[in-house]
Amino acid sequence: MDLIALLAIQVLYAIASLALISVGLAIIFGMMRVINLAHGEFLMLGGYAAIVATSHGISIWIAILVVAPVVVGLIGVIVELTIIRFLYGRMIDTMLATWGLSLFLVGLTTAIFGNTTVGISAPLGSFQIGAYRTSGYTLFVIAVAALVLAGIFAVLRWTRLGLIARGTMQNANMAAALGVNPPRVYAVTFGIGAALSGLAGAVLAPVSGVFPTIGVAYVAKSFITVIGGGAAILSGTASAAALFGTINQIATFATTPVFGEVALLATAIVLIRLLPQGITGRYFRRGL
Amino acid sequence: MTFNRRRFLQGTAATTAAGMFGSNAWAEDPINVASIHDLSGGLDIYGKPMVDALTLAVEEANAAGGLLGRQIKLINYDTQSNMQLYTQFAQQAALKDKVAVVHGGITSASREVIRPVLDRFKTLYFYNTQYEGGVCDRNQFDTGVTPAQTVEKLVPYAMKKWGKKVYVIAADYNYGQITSQWVKKYVTENGGEVPSIDFFPLDVTNFGPTISKIQAAKPDFVWSALVGGAHISFYRQWAAAGMRKSIPMASTTFAVGNEHIVLSPDECNGMLICYNYFQDLKNKTNEAFVAAFHKRFGADYPNITELAMGTYQGFRLWAEAVKKAASIDRIKVIEALETGISIDAPSGKVTIDPPTHHCVLDVHIAEVNDKKLKVLEDFPQQKPSDTAAVCNLIKNPNDNQQYVIKI
Repeated sequence: MDLIALLAIQVLYAIASLALISVGLAIIFGMMRVINLAHGEFLMLGGYAAIVATSHGISIWIAILVVAPVVVGLIGVIVELTIIRFLYGRMIDTMLATWGLSLFLVGLTTAIFGNTTVGISAPLGSFQIGAYRTSGYTLFVIAVAALVLAGIFAVLRWTRLGLIARGTMQNANMAAALGVNPPRVYAVTFGIGAALSGLAGAVLAPVSGVFPTIGVAYVAKSFITVIGGGAAILSGTASAAALFGTINQIATFATTPVFGEVALLATAIVLIRLLPQGITGRYFRRGL
Repeated sequence: MTFNRRRFLQGTAATTAAGMFGSNAWAEDPINVASIHDLSGGLDIYGKPMVDALTLAVEEANAAGGLLGRQIKLINYDTQSNMQLYTQFAQQAALKDKVAVVHGGITSASREVIRPVLDRFKTLYFYNTQYEGGVCDRNQFDTGVTPAQTVEKLVPYAMKKWGKKVYVIAADYNYGQITSQWVKKYVTENGGEVPSIDFFPLDVTNFGPTISKIQAAKPDFVWSALVGGAHISFYRQWAAAGMRKSIPMASTTFAVGNEHIVLSPDECNGMLICYNYFQDLKNKTNEAFVAAFHKRFGADYPNITELAMGTYQGFRLWAEAVKKAASIDRIKVIEALETGISIDAPSGKVTIDPPTHHCVLDVHIAEVNDKKLKVLEDFPQQKPSDTAAVCNLIKNPNDNQQYVIKI
């Protein structure tokens, strides 16, 4: 029984981490149809921002929850203003540009921090479930993911900013005709997407450590989750993360981490074959 | 390197003296020695101390007049934790730079990449890393410890201390695969059991499900043969789950990359390890070596690792053989090494075992204690009996393979 509870926490954790690393990408892809290949590097920068801030004596919570998203959000806005802005509607070109950006960011961080793994100890200690123990930080990651998803839902559903964002996403020309300034909406949205990626990278830094090329480990999984989820940002990411996270974690527990990854990828292939538009192409179509 | 007036004067004085007396050391081309190690990427935690130790060994030899009256030129290749670069640099060392010997390779995977290249181009090869044993190749010498020297000692020690049920986790390539079999063999021989062996690719960072699995198996202790920077997160997650205090751990790889300094004491205290060298070994040669090392690389150097010492001793053994052979010719040096050459090294006496091309040396069991490694027990002059059981290069000089343990 307690083992099942522990497994349930691990599954929730896998879902939460998938949702966290994907949601920034989902926003940027869903809103602007920009395929951001530098997404993994935004996560990596978030991790570095948190670790550098912590080593300068800032509280680890502020470093993770405030410093990392703000820093990466600002980087996102700069990237939007200098690169992405000129490439809307040119999907292949954005892929090329963001891939170049990804290589540049990896090179830059390697030059600054060196090609070594840095990390911080996970705070919060551990707790007991029956005969088993697990890390308290796991619950923190789950909580952050839940809050992020709830926050995005609240903003999109109930605020004027969310309404404008949804309107621009549906029909940018009509939104412009109604007095909205789409370029500004795009810049803000891109910044928010980047900030969420930075937050995810920082939240996961104490678990996995950070090194310049860690983005590669994240980016494939985030893309699979976003594509598997389909058009709706929120329900798509959440449902795909739930599916892939559960399968990955249970397969890992039953066999080895290698087969866990294989199971995740196999599921993704089957899913895309059956539902080419992703999960939300057929189910939850009216979701956000 | 700090450059002060004294060092400057020493340097210029030596140069001037050499110029005035037209010493032989400058008359001939230097002897090229290749160092092929990962100085960046996930394996740099191992590579950097190895190259530092090799640099010191070469500088010491040059300060003592070089070898055969010639200076030694160390050529460093950074393989960036990338297997393709191993092939490329091994070829470059053998064909372009025409080195007398290659010291290098860290993971067993990288060794198996460059070993055939150096065989083909007839370039002597020293592999200085502790590894899973069994390589039988007349062109190669292995100065690191193997499972019969370490695992065989540590398994009964840890089982006596903690219990008989051992859960093994290992890196997923030849080193981890083979070493975990040795662990299983010794655990079984000592009356214990291994409920499971789990393998992890070098880039895995999420160990949550595995930690649950280990708890479900309820072992008396865990044996880690994890490798590289990404795997350090296992120890973090293990401690974060509160497991360090309930299930202890022994390892054949921990602290080799100074993990005990990267991690906090709370994440790794009490772990048992077994190697040939520890910085705190009490003997005159080691004290002099540590002093020289700190003088060269700074007193704040974190820790001189097992692999660094393996590399230092590897170079010293090679240099000794060159003196004995009075030549850098590959076959002559191999023959000199096969006389069973011996050096008085910081880790104690190190002797080449002619039939296996491995080393007879001291090993020690130690415990991680507040960022230090506390030596608990010594085992003098251990033979590489695992490789000796399958390999005899004196009888079969043309043997060329890695023997793998079968259970």
